[in-house]
Amino acid sequence: MADHSDGSPENAVTVAKPGQGGVQKFQDPGLPPHRPRLADVDPRAEKRAERQVGVLFLVSIFGTLLFFFGYFFIPLDQTIANLRLQNLLLGLGTAFAMLGIGVGIVHWAKTLMPDHEIAEDRHEIRPEADRADAEKIVGDILEESGIKRRPLIRNTLLGAGILAIFPAIAIFRDLGPLPGDVLRQTMWDEGVRLTRDPSGTPIRASDVTIGSAFHVIPEGLNEAEHKLEEKAKAVVLLMRLSPESLNPSPGREDWGYEGIVAYSKICTHVGCPVALYEQQTHHLLCPCHQSTFDVTQEAKVIFGPAARPLPQLPISVDDEGYLVATSDFQEPVGPSYWERGV
Amino acid sequence: MSSSAAGHQYQPKTNVGKIANFVDTRVGGSAIVKEFGRKIFPDHWTFMFGEVALYSFVILLLSGTFLTFFFDPSMAETHYEGSYVPLRGIEMSVAYASSLDISFDIRGGLFMRQVHHWSALLFVAAVSVHMLRVFFTGAFRRPRELNWVIGGVLLILAMAAGFTGYSLPDDLLSGNGLRIIDGVIKSIPVVGTYISFFLFGGEFPGTVIIPRLYVLHILLIPALILLLIAMHLFLVVVHKHTQFPGPGRTNDNVVGYPVGPVYAAKAGGFFFIVFGIIAAISAAFTINPIWNYGPYDPSPVSAGTQPDWYIGWVDGALRLMPGILAGFPFEWEIPFPWGTNTLSLNVLFPALVPAGIVFTLLFAWPWIEAWVTKDRREKHLLDRPRNAPTRTGIGVAGVVFYCVMWAAASSDLIATHFMVSLNDVTYWLRVLVIIGPVIGFIVARRIALALQRKDREIVLHGRETGRIVRLPHGEFIEVHEPVDEYKRYKLVSFDSPVTLSAEADVNGHVSKGEKGRAWASKFFFEDRVAPVTPAELEEAHSHGHHGEVASEHDKAAISNK
Repeated sequence: MADHSDGSPENAVTVAKPGQGGVQKFQDPGLPPHRPRLADVDPRAEKRAERQVGVLFLVSIFGTLLFFFGYFFIPLDQTIANLRLQNLLLGLGTAFAMLGIGVGIVHWAKTLMPDHEIAEDRHEIRPEADRADAEKIVGDILEESGIKRRPLIRNTLLGAGILAIFPAIAIFRDLGPLPGDVLRQTMWDEGVRLTRDPSGTPIRASDVTIGSAFHVIPEGLNEAEHKLEEKAKAVVLLMRLSPESLNPSPGREDWGYEGIVAYSKICTHVGCPVALYEQQTHHLLCPCHQSTFDVTQEAKVIFGPAARPLPQLPISVDDEGYLVATSDFQEPVGPSYWERGV
Repeated sequence: MSSSAAGHQYQPKTNVGKIANFVDTRVGGSAIVKEFGRKIFPDHWTFMFGEVALYSFVILLLSGTFLTFFFDPSMAETHYEGSYVPLRGIEMSVAYASSLDISFDIRGGLFMRQVHHWSALLFVAAVSVHMLRVFFTGAFRRPRELNWVIGGVLLILAMAAGFTGYSLPDDLLSGNGLRIIDGVIKSIPVVGTYISFFLFGGEFPGTVIIPRLYVLHILLIPALILLLIAMHLFLVVVHKHTQFPGPGRTNDNVVGYPVGPVYAAKAGGFFFIVFGIIAAISAAFTINPIWNYGPYDPSPVSAGTQPDWYIGWVDGALRLMPGILAGFPFEWEIPFPWGTNTLSLNVLFPALVPAGIVFTLLFAWPWIEAWVTKDRREKHLLDRPRNAPTRTGIGVAGVVFYCVMWAAASSDLIATHFMVSLNDVTYWLRVLVIIGPVIGFIVARRIALALQRKDREIVLHGRETGRIVRLPHGEFIEVHEPVDEYKRYKLVSFDSPVTLSAEADVNGHVSKGEKGRAWASKFFFEDRVAPVTPAELEEAHSHGHHGEVASEHDKAAISNK
């Protein structure tokens, strides 16, 4: 098949080599002859096109009226149905109003306005004469200002100008406070009860059956001054597994209570709530980026973009049988940050 | 002022004429009309995308202005008392409540929100497709390099405008989006935590982020976009529009329709068409039903949530990056003399590197190509994508790279829709994001080369007519019909650059840079298909045609059939 005209690159005959290509080129035949449209030659077609444009503009008028009908005659009450209907009528009305005008004008241009293509010359973007003139002007300006001849003026202006930028940066200092230690602390502390999210009712250890999971906030969160900021750090997931399926590392044996364990709900990746608990596999899944944590291995990352286990909240039970924290988290919760390990 | 205008005293006759004359003598309108009234614009359907972008931005300004009259960006706490019953009495921010009011209690408010959101999606899409058009046709080459850069900045600003607006209603979905941004910012070494605290006015979420984003969204970013659009269009006027090669179209002329009346009518009418289509979509398809999500709360999240499409590729990159790969963690605790600092490459890397690669290559591309080809002449004639196979291949590689990350932002939905394992989807996409661009490059370049050969075939042997003819001696052939000279010129009038081997400088030394350039030139142009020359066409005709009528005798047989 490699005949001499198939243009395959390995074929030396047809594929120009350096120096050979461009030797001989086809003559530009110039603009193709104009082909008249139906409306150019047939008066009836012209009349028809004119009527079509008119009808399209009438469609636009109909659309605007439809908009008014939807706006004034569909009352917004508390039903979703009326809202949907009004939105539909306003939208369709606008669509007809706009498309009628738009399609009408384009149809007019394409059928009735002249369609002869015209050639226009390009001009040099920067004629050499202009450049020479401009160069002289700039030279004169610089000369008259004397900035080249007077280094004292130039250097002090430069220094003043650079320095004057800094207040414009410094003035934004009060956009926010310095981080300090706040990212290390949450509302959890020794004796703070675990309560349901969002009601704030405390949870008894006996309420937490094996296989169940609770979304938990610290007691008093709903009354806290900075509720959302505290909640963004303090939310916890509480699960009960059979105690033998948990594998606590040395020093963390007493962080749970009879198979009940509490882990931060804030993903260690970028901070989404790790809201999905797979009861059968004991996996916690973040719906944002699918980081998966294994509760039986102290919420170790087993899949996804997170690199760190979810921090565990040490818990116990108080005298009345309610679950309480025994301390704050032992490490900062949520996404990593530069000063996290300091 | 000498009274040249007053000297001849032109006296308009009609009232309209008087008004026009008044304005003309104050602003110099005649000169403007003379310059632009009959300016020529080339016509091609691919030149519409920029128009779509411009028009959807105008619609964004119109609908956005309406929304600002009713939206209150405050994060103060309130209890909702509006018409939407399921949320009555719920504690929420004023911003969210006023977004609900716009949706449920202001006539046309929901429609305007829909129009605003849909045109934002269309705006970024149109900018992106417009840039792809400019890339694949080589319209970024001299003298348009800077306008290409302006376009790239506009793309970034369009995404920023979209994201800041997306966050404003302060609903659960947009709040989680902000939380992700906060997490990404915190991963920046040294200054990340400080940037986060300055941006949010303290700890996330704080009470200032929505008003701050609001100012960015309605003032700063649109002003920058407007400024850059003005520069963009000014440069279009300076350069004049590019055109595809073809009969009568040269590097020194512009062939098309005059602004008045044809082009103005087509382009002006097109604005109404874009508006109409956005209105029709907004009428029929709900976008961002914030009332279903509820107010922002750091604890709940809904599964299957996704960002607006143009943020998808960054979110997808965040999903694809493994936190720990084969036991190797991407979060490092680095010991310093003053203590241990944490570097979260599992967040920082996907957030910065893919976007960094895409935008660095995008901004640098005009100069890369000029360096490889050593061709710094003005290029006003576009390339058909097939006639620049390597560029087309690289562009397709970029598109594949982008689209795999984009698909990754829907990895959970892909898994649930096609009933496959979420983990497997992620593993496959991790592989694809690396090898997909390579495959895309090879395939696209081969297709481009094949299409060029097909063009040669058509020029040399004519087009296939579909007529099968049996010759007297029993052979079946398909009759080919030669193309006319206009069509032929379109198929042969393109540049096909050749490999430029390394050249020595004045000292006879071949520098390393020059060797690299020669390698790149070979990579770009080693496989090439040259345009047909008149001699080749002559030869093809005189030798008789393969697969075409073989002899005069047979020709007679066919025409007598």
